[in-house]
Amino acid sequence: MKIAVCVKQIPDPAAPYELDPDTHFVQRPADQVLDDTDRYGVELGLQLAEATDGSVVLVSMSPAGSLQGIRQALAMGADKAVVVDDEALAGSGALVTARVLAAAIAAEGDVDLVIAGTESTDGYTGVVPQMLAELLDMPSLTFARKVEVADGTVTIERQTTGGYAVVESGLPALVSVTAGVVEPRYPTFKGIMQAKSKPIDQPSAADLGFEAGDVGIEGSGQRITDVRPAPEREAGEKIVDEGEAHLEIVKLLETKKVI
Amino acid sequence: MPTTWVFSEETNGTPSSLSLEMLTKARSFDGDVAAILVGTASEDVVATLGAHGASTVFHIDPGDALPGAPVAAALADLVEEHGPGLVLFGLAYTDRDVVGRLAARLGVPVLSNAVDIEVDDDGVRVVNEINGGMTLVESTFTDAATRLVVVRPKSFAAESGDGGTPDVVEVSLPGDGGATITGRHEESASGPKLEDASIIVAGGRGMGAAENFELLEDLASTLGGAVGATRAVVDSGWVPYSLQVGQTGKTVKPDVYIAAGISGAMQHLVGMKDSGTIIAVNKDEDAPIFGVADLGIVGDVHKVLPPLLEALEARD
Repeated sequence: MKIAVCVKQIPDPAAPYELDPDTHFVQRPADQVLDDTDRYGVELGLQLAEATDGSVVLVSMSPAGSLQGIRQALAMGADKAVVVDDEALAGSGALVTARVLAAAIAAEGDVDLVIAGTESTDGYTGVVPQMLAELLDMPSLTFARKVEVADGTVTIERQTTGGYAVVESGLPALVSVTAGVVEPRYPTFKGIMQAKSKPIDQPSAADLGFEAGDVGIEGSGQRITDVRPAPEREAGEKIVDEGEAHLEIVKLLETKKVI
Repeated sequence: MPTTWVFSEETNGTPSSLSLEMLTKARSFDGDVAAILVGTASEDVVATLGAHGASTVFHIDPGDALPGAPVAAALADLVEEHGPGLVLFGLAYTDRDVVGRLAARLGVPVLSNAVDIEVDDDGVRVVNEINGGMTLVESTFTDAATRLVVVRPKSFAAESGDGGTPDVVEVSLPGDGGATITGRHEESASGPKLEDASIIVAGGRGMGAAENFELLEDLASTLGGAVGATRAVVDSGWVPYSLQVGQTGKTVKPDVYIAAGISGAMQHLVGMKDSGTIIAVNKDEDAPIFGVADLGIVGDVHKVLPPLLEALEARD
């Protein structure tokens, strides 16, 4: 089975990111990490590929930087990566992102399964996987907490508000996976060494057939008009427990009339 | 401003609370309001949508088809026929499936994560939060005729108005989209649902182990509330995903939120920071959760919570 997994390099979430004061874009350091939620999709792709003697290609649209995050995913075992890195893409909205990913996946030939996370951890819209499926003309089996592929059918347990639903479709299809769908492996030393020599294609937007006006701010049809700090919630009282602190909670609950 | 449409998924005979929140907001804009209802459209559901401001209900029944693809295809035709100026979806599973595919079909942008929407002669401005809610970003559409916006839950309070019974327009599906639902399972939970609870007792990694969540369940049931959890906890399999509060989980706004052993990662804060009163118990005095807590207790959850439960039980 030929599998494409969408991944994203993001600024380390441990450090709050900054917006460029002029463009309002997220300022991306050269050393970005693999979005933690993507490890689940990579792992699922690897398991399915291993079971079918298939292959996994990583597909990403992001400033390449040092490619540290992409290499993290290659070190887990993916075969190759396609990173669309182009200054013309800066400021692209969700739909342009999906179009670029769709073009990069289409360029890989016939893909049986596309795997994505449900949303990225940095500036996210939460709708790119569904857009991508529509553009690739595939069913989208979304918010999967369990995925099985057998006899040309993909079956998932789809997260719902109060539980889950079992959903199935034929292939090719796109699945978006929640964290925890599988237990991601840690890269081995061998995997890390091999990742250094695995192929990473870096096509430009033009290579994939996009013209300047199709992508970036101009092609996205949306514009940031203002960035401001949110009204801050004031921190209240902080006390150190010396055995009686629970009484403070009781007192506060009484004041708020919940007990 | 031309018509505003609001997407509403019906579950267990009720329209999503998010759709009622969005209808209430849509009512404050000039122009007609219509609902897109995915479900069976019982009289009660239609009446509720009407009371919240919908003068028309476009009803789509996907049956056992996974709604995303076929509903988006039907909606694309409807949008082209009627030309609504603004279509609101919620940040919820089916809403996201439909809006993503609809945007790709129509070739129009989506502004997501809205916590506020302003509509005037200059157009539509959408406010969203980044950085765990510390920064507000205001965006606008540059040329879209139909503007698609995804709204975060609890951004607006749902209030019924004096709307009457809406007209129901039946919309047929152009196909099943290729994905079929073959089974539906509800995970049983006693007490109020997490997103509706007025009191939430939530636990993080600091609870130490899955079995310690029993203490939180006891506290929640004594207070008549619900149990929540952080992403780290659901990823560890201690409690089901449906209890997750945060960016990738649920957004909640209870009167009281008790955070037990939760450090307060941005991804969690974004889902609960608008709670009425926040009480946090954490060993680490520098935990970010204390930055939003009305009452912060630096201490061990295993020493603070058991006597709290005893004290609360003693009051009954």
